[in-house]
Amino acid sequence: MGYTDIIARYSDKPGGLIEAFHAVQKELSYLPEEVIVEAARIFNVPVAQAYGVASFYSMFSTKARGKNIIRICESAPCHVAGAAEVVAAIEAELGIKAGESTADGSFALELTECVGQCQATPVITINGKAYLDVNPAKIREILAEYK
Amino acid sequence: MAEEMRIVLRNYGKIDPLKIEDYLAQGGYKALEKARSMGQAALIDDVKKSNLRGRGGAGFNCGMKWSFAASATADQKYVICNADEGEPGTYKDRLIMENDPQSLLEGMAICAYAIGANQGYIYCRGEYPQVIEILNQAIDQAKAQGLLGDFDIEVRSGAGAYVCGEETALIESIEGSRGEPRFKPPFPPVQGLWAKPTIVNNVETFANIPVIVDKGGAWYADIGNPAYPGTKVFTLTGDVNNRTFFEVPTDTTIRALVFKFGGGIRGGKKFKAVQIGGTSGAFIPESLLDTQVAFDAMSAIGATLGSGATFVLDETRDLVDVSTRIAKFFEHESCGKCAPCREGTARMHELMKKLNEGKGSSKDVALLEKLGRVMSYSCLCGLGQAAPAPVLTTIKHFPADYNAKLM
Ligand SMILES: Cc1cc2nc3c(=O)[nH]c(=O)nc-3n(C[C@H](O)[C@H](O)[C@H](O)COP(=O)(O)O)c2cc1C
Ligand code: FES
Repeated sequence: MGYTDIIARYSDKPGGLIEAFHAVQKELSYLPEEVIVEAARIFNVPVAQAYGVASFYSMFSTKARGKNIIRICESAPCHVAGAAEVVAAIEAELGIKAGESTADGSFALELTECVGQCQATPVITINGKAYLDVNPAKIREILAEYK
Repeated sequence: MAEEMRIVLRNYGKIDPLKIEDYLAQGGYKALEKARSMGQAALIDDVKKSNLRGRGGAGFNCGMKWSFAASATADQKYVICNADEGEPGTYKDRLIMENDPQSLLEGMAICAYAIGANQGYIYCRGEYPQVIEILNQAIDQAKAQGLLGDFDIEVRSGAGAYVCGEETALIESIEGSRGEPRFKPPFPPVQGLWAKPTIVNNVETFANIPVIVDKGGAWYADIGNPAYPGTKVFTLTGDVNNRTFFEVPTDTTIRALVFKFGGGIRGGKKFKAVQIGGTSGAFIPESLLDTQVAFDAMSAIGATLGSGATFVLDETRDLVDVSTRIAKFFEHESCGKCAPCREGTARMHELMKKLNEGKGSSKDVALLEKLGRVMSYSCLCGLGQAAPAPVLTTIKHFPADYNAKLM
């Protein structure tokens, strides 16, 4: 399905712009400029306003990024449980820094705040799926699921 | 010493959350039936009598809030469940929604009846896609059984913005806009979603409602601390032995929470500090641990109950480092609408980083105190007002940590 059809599915939902962005991102992993322009047209709002929404929320990206989105929680409970070592291990494994994507477009690495799985810190999520009690030794195996 | 008492988690582990039959077998939806037979005024009176106060952090009297929306005249009213749960260290709302989604729906349906609304929304944080699925299934099942009557509930997903937990920012987000808090008044019960009377309540608040209606307001008012009766769910993180959750009456002390339920500090180390209410909460020293975990008791010691997140730190932890991390959180999550928060959180993080790197002086500490004071009364919403609390309370209660890092 093209992005126009995806956005149009939400057009009669009041305030459905955010839901539409979520749906497009599920397919494309980010919100390209033409998606924002098209969404503005369909929801009948200025492009600047649609862009304002896209850029406000941390789960939306207006820049191209890798397909599998790794998010590392660095909120205080994960921080004291060793989140920084997990960040370093993933950076080393993928050869990129937080905020970057791998050259083959398979992974994006992002820092995030609490994802609500604090019973087993530190926590990372990949495409929304949580991995608990993570440590540097577990990283290679976890990432292998997505390679 | 206090024991665990499960009201909102009453069905935890006892039912299959995806089978409405299980919920019905536990007496589910009997309260909604009873509420409808009581009539709106008597229902709201009973909720008032229970003295149930919001579990989302602000502690406002639930029945009172409902009465404002009930008395407003409008062609349309809304019920919103705040399931944004962004406060770091908190996962209690997820526990309720994952394990007993129908109790939330029943609570919302009772509220809808009380105020005369036929449309509800659950605003669930985007980090919980699996919960959104559970909620949608639960709604379908309740509708298929005809239990909700003409009350419709739609789940909306957040997209990673802590500030959207603030009720007016949440409303903006449901409307499809940037999640920036509104000026108040008007408050949502008078003018909320699409300018219509709207009740916003937390997940845990709603989950209490069926039990209150079933057993009566007077029964509930008698549990725990009389000024903030009932139970509260706490999620324990950090250096405790039992990093898990507990639902306890509100007259439980912080000490019992950490040492009895939490099982004390891990690795035989000594207690240093506990931060309650999430990342915007105060850091509390050993000397104040005999405080009850009720709203006003916590305010009296300059702390908050907040979401009930309980973050425990042992003697080896450096509170300057932890507070620096927290300051970064607020800089990132400030929505930028008001200057004291947008600029204040950035400067606060800058100063904390300087101190944490050993490059700061006592002048910087004094500046932080002043900045924090100004922010706490000049920021537009609770985010900026509460942001300085971790820094101010660590300076106050743990000055040695700062002194050790001064230039
Ligand atoms: C920055 C900020 C974040 C908040 N986050 C939440 C949240 O995640 N969940 C919640 O229920 N209330 C949150 N609140 C409180 C809400 O504004 C509101 O008071 C609450 O949803 C009302 O419901 P209650 O009366 O049942 O507690 C937050 C407030 C602020 C200022
Ligand atoms: S603090 Fe990391 S998941 Fe909650």
